[in-house]
Amino acid sequence: MSDPVPGKSVAFRGGGFAPKSRRWVGFVVFVGLVLIAEWGTRAGWISALTMPKPSDVLDTFRDLYNSGLLFKHLGPSLSRLVVGAAIGISIGISVGVLIGLFSYVRSGMVPLVAAIFPIPKIALLPLFVIWFGIGEGSKYALIAFGTFTPTVVATYGAVDNVDRTLIRMGQSFGLSWWSIVRKIVLPGAMPGILSGLRISLAIAIILLVAAEMLGAEFGIGAYILEAGSLYDLERLFAGVVILSLLGVIVSALIGVVEKRLLNWRT
Amino acid sequence: MDIRLDGINHSYDGFEVLRNITLDIPSGQIVCIVGPSGCGKSTLLRFIGGLERPAAGRVLQLGEPPIGCLNPLTYIFQDFALLPWRSVSGNISLVLEDHGIKGAAARAIIDDVLARTKLTDFANALPKQLSGGMKQRVAIARALAVQPAVMLMDEPLSALDSQTRELLMDDLVDLWTRQPFTAVYVTHNLAEAVRLGHRVVVLSRRPGEVREIVEIDKPLDQRAFGDTDLDTAQRHLWHLMRDEARAADAELINV
Repeated sequence: MSDPVPGKSVAFRGGGFAPKSRRWVGFVVFVGLVLIAEWGTRAGWISALTMPKPSDVLDTFRDLYNSGLLFKHLGPSLSRLVVGAAIGISIGISVGVLIGLFSYVRSGMVPLVAAIFPIPKIALLPLFVIWFGIGEGSKYALIAFGTFTPTVVATYGAVDNVDRTLIRMGQSFGLSWWSIVRKIVLPGAMPGILSGLRISLAIAIILLVAAEMLGAEFGIGAYILEAGSLYDLERLFAGVVILSLLGVIVSALIGVVEKRLLNWRT
Repeated sequence: MDIRLDGINHSYDGFEVLRNITLDIPSGQIVCIVGPSGCGKSTLLRFIGGLERPAAGRVLQLGEPPIGCLNPLTYIFQDFALLPWRSVSGNISLVLEDHGIKGAAARAIIDDVLARTKLTDFANALPKQLSGGMKQRVAIARALAVQPAVMLMDEPLSALDSQTRELLMDDLVDLWTRQPFTAVYVTHNLAEAVRLGHRVVVLSRRPGEVREIVEIDKPLDQRAFGDTDLDTAQRHLWHLMRDEARAADAELINV
């Protein structure tokens, strides 16, 4: 034996189970899929009926932008999204906090929320049209109603998870009830509320399209519906791409807010 | 201001945890409460500060709290209980805001307590940037900011490593020597009890009863690490507690 140190080194068996975010990998996957689709449609092993050529979709998108129709559709959609989601989320957070704090509100509202949550809100659209008219009101109501339930559930879960020792601390220093809610409960629940918002806003975008499929002249939903009924796949896909981008932007915005508000997290 | 515990009894779901606790906490002294785990010593502390109500008996404040005292009964918690989203000075200003102390007045108090706890350079740090010992110093500074009549310390050093614990004990002795404060100090660590306590109350295992009250006359600033008098006292306390602790350890937990 020439080895001066007897014995063998211990085999490494730790590591893993700690995924990290790698920049650009998501982008590469996305671009890769688009390139495969482009190749397939050009080479012919994906038929033109199955999927439009990505480059054609891009052309359609460019036309949409050049003709000014993009903003004509995007403007009303964004205002519906913002107003509806703002209503739903603010009511949702308020009700969620109340459920998290008061026994009677909790006992009364939790079953109600559980009953409302699984209702496909789209099914209620005719009802909203009767209640709020065919105009903007019913669209706001649908989006607000759809964002309300997930926000409530996320918020009261987040309030439940606020560290009770911090609340006891606040009480032990004689803080008022309102101070405890404002300075301890709400900031403590913020991580949970924000991750709930990611879900709520994605649902808001889904419902936006649903609402615009009924009685809207402009809007991304109307655009997609029109393209779909004509089987104009290029325009359909252009609309879908706009929605996806909207989702990515919303998620990125929440990421920015999280970074700013939650920099105290370890 | 003195505190008197008058015939405290308590039980949780039919389990008697405290029985007939009568105790005086004279002002200007540190009273340590020791006992085996589960003897109800932390519960007793929560009664004293009004965070929980005993089933029977009363906690009495004798006399008025000193002038300028914002929160007579002030806790220091084992897990520090700092708001992670507020800086060191923000955590202290939290307990002043509700008393309408803001701006320059708050600044003056915060600067003073940070100086007393040697934290001046860390005023803008977030809790996540601080070590455990630093966090507990912030909690002590926060408690000092409201000028408490009685400090209620719930195992304040138990979450720290033993070196940090020694350092913080020295700091507490310094603080007390410069300006004597009244404190009830709950711990399971006998070394802390004999180092910081003017009297040490030994509770028995569940149901907790006062087994013995040991007075330690040596002035706080003359007690040092490895002091023989303290060792004797500590051995006496351990002798009182050993069998109880063993029995408590072997008990099934009913929660």
